[in-house]
Amino acid sequence: MSIQVDQVTKRFGTFTVLNDVSLHVREGELVALLGPSGCGKTTLLRILAGLERPDQGRIFLQGTEVTDQRINERRVGFVFQHYALFRHMSVADNVAFGLTVLPRAQRPSVTRIQEKVRELLGLVQLQAMADRYPSQLSGGQRQRVALARALAVEPKLLLLDEPFGALDAKVRKELRRWLRRLHDELHITGILVTHDQEEALEVADRVVVMHQGRIEQVGTPDEVYEHPATPFVYQFLGDVNVFHGRVAQEQLAHGSVGAEAVLPSDVPDEHEVTFVRPHDLEVNRSRTNSSQLEANVRHVLAAGSRVRIELSTQESAQVIEVELTKERYRELNLREGEVVFVHPRHRRVFKLPRP
Amino acid sequence: MRLMLKQPSVLPGFGLTLGFSVFYLSLIVLIPLSGLFFKTSTLSWEQFWGVITTPRAIASYQLTFGVSIVGAIINGLFGSIIAWVLVRYHFPGQSLVDALVDLPFALPTAVAGITLAAIYSPNGWIGQYLDPLGIKVAFTPLGVLVALTFIGLPFVVRTVQPVLQDLDREVEEAATTLGANRWQTFWAVIMPELWPALLTGIAMAFARAVGEYGSVIFIAGNMPLKSEITPLLIMTKLEQYDYAGATALGVVMLVASFVLALMINLLQWWSTARHRNQ
Repeated sequence: MSIQVDQVTKRFGTFTVLNDVSLHVREGELVALLGPSGCGKTTLLRILAGLERPDQGRIFLQGTEVTDQRINERRVGFVFQHYALFRHMSVADNVAFGLTVLPRAQRPSVTRIQEKVRELLGLVQLQAMADRYPSQLSGGQRQRVALARALAVEPKLLLLDEPFGALDAKVRKELRRWLRRLHDELHITGILVTHDQEEALEVADRVVVMHQGRIEQVGTPDEVYEHPATPFVYQFLGDVNVFHGRVAQEQLAHGSVGAEAVLPSDVPDEHEVTFVRPHDLEVNRSRTNSSQLEANVRHVLAAGSRVRIELSTQESAQVIEVELTKERYRELNLREGEVVFVHPRHRRVFKLPRP
Repeated sequence: MRLMLKQPSVLPGFGLTLGFSVFYLSLIVLIPLSGLFFKTSTLSWEQFWGVITTPRAIASYQLTFGVSIVGAIINGLFGSIIAWVLVRYHFPGQSLVDALVDLPFALPTAVAGITLAAIYSPNGWIGQYLDPLGIKVAFTPLGVLVALTFIGLPFVVRTVQPVLQDLDREVEEAATTLGANRWQTFWAVIMPELWPALLTGIAMAFARAVGEYGSVIFIAGNMPLKSEITPLLIMTKLEQYDYAGATALGVVMLVASFVLALMINLLQWWSTARHRNQ
């Protein structure tokens, strides 16, 4: 089911949660709404489900306006962060709930419902748990039950509100791969709300980055990661070094490989800020050209697949984070306190209004 | 032997606190109660049976327990609605309404009894409109029901309220997104969570009603075989210095109350255990 969000605004009291948000989602797509807490992503999801009403703007599902439609007429599956399972019902009864509350004329027979529940529990790999109660399941299992329950009514649209937010890192990773596979099998249009950029980039076809009630950027994971449209997106998706001030600016501007041209700022109210990802910094033991920044090694973190190094510049004592491959680290053989020379391979310059 | 009796625990003072609890409960509850049985045992079995099975006594049991149960059930229904309104909606004067619920608790029962009798008597505020319709409240079993409903209300509201407050809104939202209407959501999702608390509230309202004396005697009219409650019958016997007869009736009430409380507890245990069986 395609979704069209048209200039939606939502306020809670004097606080504007969503500010003139428009978004189009194609049929069969899995889209992630990504942003820090309080950015309005959950509110947008709840508006799509019909759990909240927008103050302004309209919602279209499959081309039909549903802004005023009741929740139970929208045929939307919703999965909550804290599962929201019915704890007095067995797993099978939970999954069957959406079918048993159907009006008598549309309700399938009892045997058909049982069959359907078995199918769905098979899909989420929980056949053996049918007679258990939610309190007897682990977090990951509970969320799979919640997903099976939402799928039982054959929704055209599946909305997931931080579905893996309450789970530990390993289960989370497993479940999001599984969700991606499930989506590829079922082809339901899906919207996933998350504050975890790794999750959004890994699972979604497209990522919608939100900040303070507005959409900052919409694009494929690759687009938003490689070509962030705004400083916020740049900083939110992964670690970043930010260089303010003229000295660093000039030094970084000259002759760094692959750098985009820096235009001199002719508007006095703006200042330029340079963003560089930690893995886009080149570290050398000796000066190879004049534009390199001189820095001291403050801290080396060698655990993990890549080595993280904290440097501090000599001029301004700014902390710079660098990520090196293990090979490069061994080659350099860096120790804490040593002097190195850094320059960026890639960087991005934004003009910001002067604070 | 010590090991079998007590679980090892990191908290010190188990023996001391248990000893104190048993001692205190004996002093406050068990010794006075056993006094009741001792006094009764001065009667022979036939005498005892005779006292507790007079038509007047039997009529009073029926009134006391019957009306208490009906009153508790009425409170269960309306108390839940009041708790629902207090938890789910916000309106001006809410804290006043909330405080009002406790009034039957705080009010001296005699005051409540006189007030109710004055209002419901044939020339009282409400009684004067009911009288032409042929409905007599004061000085009839209906009056007893009004009094027992009045005093039991806070018990239901105060036990249901916190449970409603803790109810996860998301669970209701989940039911709605799955296509359930409000009615289905209420019966299938909210009520099962509410049952144990509601049963406790009803049981407490019932227990309170069975033992109620002050507010009832003013409005009941106290006609033997018609509107006389058992506690009043006990009082009458005491006034006639028939202590053994009074305690015999007391024993009946004690046993009956205990059995009923036990049954309600079992019901409650069953309704909780159904979905928490680990």
